Amino acid sequence: MTLFYALIALGSLALVFGLILGYAAVKYRVESNPIVDQVDAILPQTQCGQCGYPGCRPYAEAIANGDEINKCPPGGEATVKKLADLMGVEPKPLAGGEQAEPVKTVAYIREDECIGCTKCIQACPVDAIVGATRQMHTVIDDECTGCDLCVEPCPVDCIDMLPVEQTKQTWKWQLDAIAVKQID
Amino acid sequence: MDSLLEQIERGTLWQFPGGVHPPQQKSLSNQQPIARLPLPDKLVLPLKQHIGANGQLLVDVGDKVQKGQALTKPSANWSLPVHAPTSGEIIDIKPMPSAHPSALPELSIVIAPDGNDTWCELSPISNLQELSHKTLIDILHNAGIAGMGGAGFPTYIKADSHQPIEFLVVNGVECEPYITADDLLMREHAQEIVQGIEVMQQLLKPQRVLIGIEDNKPQAIAAMEQACAHNSAILVRSIPTKYPSGGEKQLIRVLTSKEVPSAGIPADIGVLVQNVGTLFAISEAVYKGKPLIERVVTVTGNTINKPQNVWALIGTEIKHLLDCQGFTPVPEQRVVMGGPMMGFTLPTVRIPVVKTTNCILAPDNQELAEPGDEKACIRCSACADACPQTLLPQQLQWFAKSKDYDKLEAYNLFDCIECGACSYVCPSEIPLVQYYRVAKAEIREQKLDQIKAERAKERFEARKERLEREQQERQNKHKRSTSRAAKPDAEKAKVADALARVKQKQGDQSAVQAAIERAKAKKAADGSLEPDNSEVALERARRKEQARQYKEQKHSEDAASSESSNETSSKKDAVAAAIARAKAKKAAQQSEQQNEQPQQAQASESETKKSDDEPRKAAVAAAIARAKAKKAAQQAEQQGETQAEQAAESETNKTDDDPRKAAVAAAIARAKAKKAAQQAEQQGETRAEQTAEPETNKTDDDPRKAAVAAAIARAKAKKAAQQAEQQGETQAEQTAEPETNKTDDDPRKAAVAAAIARAKAKKAAQQAEQQSASQGEHGSDAEPQTPEQKRQAAIKAAVAKAKAKKQAKEQEGNDPS
Amino acid sequence: MKLSMASSPHNHSHKNLSRLMLTVIAACIPGIIAQCYFFGFGVIVQLILALITASLSEAVMLRIRKRPVWPALSDGSAWLTAVLLAISIPPLAPWWVIVIGTVFAIAMVKQLYGGLGFNLFNPAMAAYVLLLISFPVQMTSWTPVSSLLELPPSLVDQITLIFFEYSTHHKDLLGAMTSVDGTTMATPLDAVKTAVSQNLTVTEAMMGKQFTTYAGIGWMWVNLAFLAGGLFLLKTKVINWHIPVALLGTLALCSAIGFILAPGNHAGTLFHLLSGATMLGAFFIATDPVSASTTNRGRLIYGACIGLLVYLIRNYGGYPDAVAFAVLIMNMAVPLIDHYTQPRTYGHGVAK
Repeated sequence: MTLFYALIALGSLALVFGLILGYAAVKYRVESNPIVDQVDAILPQTQCGQCGYPGCRPYAEAIANGDEINKCPPGGEATVKKLADLMGVEPKPLAGGEQAEPVKTVAYIREDECIGCTKCIQACPVDAIVGATRQMHTVIDDECTGCDLCVEPCPVDCIDMLPVEQTKQTWKWQLDAIAVKQID
Repeated sequence: MDSLLEQIERGTLWQFPGGVHPPQQKSLSNQQPIARLPLPDKLVLPLKQHIGANGQLLVDVGDKVQKGQALTKPSANWSLPVHAPTSGEIIDIKPMPSAHPSALPELSIVIAPDGNDTWCELSPISNLQELSHKTLIDILHNAGIAGMGGAGFPTYIKADSHQPIEFLVVNGVECEPYITADDLLMREHAQEIVQGIEVMQQLLKPQRVLIGIEDNKPQAIAAMEQACAHNSAILVRSIPTKYPSGGEKQLIRVLTSKEVPSAGIPADIGVLVQNVGTLFAISEAVYKGKPLIERVVTVTGNTINKPQNVWALIGTEIKHLLDCQGFTPVPEQRVVMGGPMMGFTLPTVRIPVVKTTNCILAPDNQELAEPGDEKACIRCSACADACPQTLLPQQLQWFAKSKDYDKLEAYNLFDCIECGACSYVCPSEIPLVQYYRVAKAEIREQKLDQIKAERAKERFEARKERLEREQQERQNKHKRSTSRAAKPDAEKAKVADALARVKQKQGDQSAVQAAIERAKAKKAADGSLEPDNSEVALERARRKEQARQYKEQKHSEDAASSESSNETSSKKDAVAAAIARAKAKKAAQQSEQQNEQPQQAQASESETKKSDDEPRKAAVAAAIARAKAKKAAQQAEQQGETQAEQAAESETNKTDDDPRKAAVAAAIARAKAKKAAQQAEQQGETRAEQTAEPETNKTDDDPRKAAVAAAIARAKAKKAAQQAEQQGETQAEQTAEPETNKTDDDPRKAAVAAAIARAKAKKAAQQAEQQSASQGEHGSDAEPQTPEQKRQAAIKAAVAKAKAKKQAKEQEGNDPS
Repeated sequence: MKLSMASSPHNHSHKNLSRLMLTVIAACIPGIIAQCYFFGFGVIVQLILALITASLSEAVMLRIRKRPVWPALSDGSAWLTAVLLAISIPPLAPWWVIVIGTVFAIAMVKQLYGGLGFNLFNPAMAAYVLLLISFPVQMTSWTPVSSLLELPPSLVDQITLIFFEYSTHHKDLLGAMTSVDGTTMATPLDAVKTAVSQNLTVTEAMMGKQFTTYAGIGWMWVNLAFLAGGLFLLKTKVINWHIPVALLGTLALCSAIGFILAPGNHAGTLFHLLSGATMLGAFFIATDPVSASTTNRGRLIYGACIGLLVYLIRNYGGYPDAVAFAVLIMNMAVPLIDHYTQPRTYGHGVAK
């Protein structure tokens, strides 16, 4: 009889808690992005293909399927760290021993050397190069992700990757880096 | 409970939490009247001295300008003009170090004063009341007035507030130690300031104007009270001296008890704050027509011999101010623009006074000691007690050090006003504000990056979509053009059927069947570009075909008996070939690889077999094959391609006793190879290479054929190598070698083969990875097996050299060659 | 000559860590004097031992951790820990007690957690608890007030007792604690606790010679001396008022309620406030900034919880005094308290 009571008590308790849990699961459901979207949101979207995949999204999918998280040089250590957090793995140093903090660059076309072959336009993953056949091309530097993909196809090597110029808005208070002049 | 207005009327003041009491040091500079400086040698005017956009340049190098003449005109939103502070000549327009903590260069106009100081024509206003709101705003805008207290917010935008303004707060607090510019301005120009207030009153119609002045400036308070005695809406409030009560948010709290919402502006709560200096500039602009070309600057500090306030033209270099007031620098001298709490050190004294410069502080190292070494935070939270924004600076500091940006934002880092009170009281001398600034800059950058990444993603996806659409369109075009051709095709197919029947009597059914099948397949493939569909369609077609074949077989058996006399008619054969060609061309255009090519190959093969005793037929067949191959190859993927190659091979086998045929076959093969290679992937490619070899074997007794074959091989190799990946590449290398072996008894052939090998090697090396390269090396090691010809060897050497060069260029590997 | 660059603010209040620490040490002086007066100079010996040990262990640990030694040592935080521990333990405890305690406090509790500012627990109190649990006899052998002793140990006696655990006049420590009437005497808190557990009333318990009207002889004055030191710290703004006020307030309130409800079993408010380590704990121990709460509301909660715990453990726990336990327990709760007591930032929570 005691056993019976115990079973009833435990059973009803289980039922009650089950209901509570079930309710909570419905009521407090966390709307989570699919993991690929979350990874994709962390990647820098340079679409440079340095990871070996044809763009950031495919790499995000690869990571979701268990690929290494340290294949994104443009993102640098910060991206690796965030990916490690998201995927619950140990952060690793960047593959290929790149420098920790990638220097941001933009493509610049030396316009007098450009022959207007449109090859770079075809190569640009974000359509940041404008120009027409046999017309000089130019890079919209606000849209350039610095992916380097246009440098290789250029038959006259007129594309340079220049570091992004620092402005007052992007200055990060590196007081040590300011060249101090003599009092004159 | 009194209403807020009543409490304010009664003189109630409120408290803000935190705050510090650094030594005032104001008596250094507030004992003398504001001095006027001699004209400097040159003036440097940055185009942007405020928050917002640059103006548009109106002048050029070499232009003569008059005092007060506009040098830029406002273009975009929030842009303000700058004016010539004196008459003179523009000697340069170039980026110069700016009055910013970073001192990053800013486009500036350099003026050499002519010493005459001649004003341009001014248009003062006397009838203020008659002016429209818009006209007044334009006056403020064109006078280039920006907030002179600190940030440099364009005043015309503030004055044009669309939100109702309850209180206009006039900031005469000047809570920073050392600075007395506003103090002296209030003492000497209280009338003008009140005039400026009245202009703002007309613009904004506030209920009350509250002038906040710290109680350490009794003379300024008295002067202001006297000047505004006639206007009962203006209340002068003496507030307790505490840093940073001059902060906009703190002053609003003290005078009105209101709090500006986080990330909001005072106008959101019906308050607007103006600095007394700005109000003076407004009055000058309105009543005298003078644009903002000079301001009061406190030059002070223990290294200054004559610390006092001066009227400095905008653009005067700091050096001029220091020189005029006498400056005896100490070791490790700091020159601070602004006050000791929020000012920034200058890397050079050749930085101009701008609209927001209120103080130049050149302290010695005793009065403002160099900061000591940073020690460990003991969590004493003296910083939290000092924080006027009720933040938790020490928590923020931990997060800033660990770059935990999410936490920083959760702890309201962006509400920090960087007043420096926390760093001032920190017993561990942690440069807290510096940490926050760096963290803020990082967070801002990350957000910008995020936005940029988002944008890049959008663009990338848009591009992808566009490319897909274009491809779709191309395919649709194909479809349209072929469906137009489909009818004649079908007719031709019928004719072919008939002709096939004729042929059939010759005893061979396979060609006809193939032709029919092809026609069917082509039609099936017509409407279905998707491989799956095409396969399904193909299946269907095949089944139909079988049925039909059965019928035909029966039929042709009949025909064979009746039409056996025509058996040797070459004319019919030619016609059949022409038909077949037309069919093949069309078919190849659209046919999908898997079904199409084997059939084609079979067909062409069998066709060639049939016609090989007649040169003319052979030529025709070859032309057919060429057309087929070309088209097929355009779309063919690897497998089909390989088969095509094989077909070409067998073709060559058949035709090898006739030079002309051979040439034609070679041309076919070349065309095929070229096209195929363009798209073929590595495996198929490799096979192509392999087939090229036997080809050469077959043709090696005829120089001409050999040359042709070599050309083919070259073309193939070139294209193949361009895209081939390493494995296929390696194989290409290997095949190149046996080829050479075969042809080595003919110098000419050898040369050709060598050329092929070179071309291959060059391309291969360009892209080959290290492994394949080393395999290539093995290949060249093996080459001495055929040592008879020196020339060959030399060529091989050249090849190897070319390879090595390319390899070295692209690879970091440890290849010994 | 070059201009030098620096980040604002360019001014500083000239407060610094070592001055802060030295001020706290200075504020201990009245209490130390009172201890010397009532319990003999043993406390000075303990202080010297503790200071030497603390300096050495701090230096060794810093060397092992490859940190500069002098900047960290000179901030005075190790010395403060040493002082606090030395005045917490019985003055005639054997030398190895204070040495073990100090080494533990500095090496384990402070340096192994990352040095100053990173320790989760108050080093002095963690060490005190370690000693109390490991060496209960030595740690509870408080000599009665000198005036009550049959043969008050001289300075030499005290030194030999500390170092050799005997002296020419006393067989051992226990002998030195023998009072005028030939019985050993416990601390007032201990005496009351024992009496109550033996079903005596508090009033009966306080009939003993070591009691005055309000609290224990000597202990009352020691506590008052620490109170004076604490007020000095408040005056110089080295500590905030929140923790001491909350702590003492809660303790007073609880003891008052207890006394009103059951005067027989519960000692009075003044007894609680002026016994044991109450004042030392309230002004010097609980206010240790590193291990205490950092928000003002958090400090009130933190102080109040310590006060409550002290009262509960004193009345219902196994130990006569409870400041160390209460502080350590609340140290653990600090991150939680801090998290939930963030002040409202300016401009937040107001209607836009």
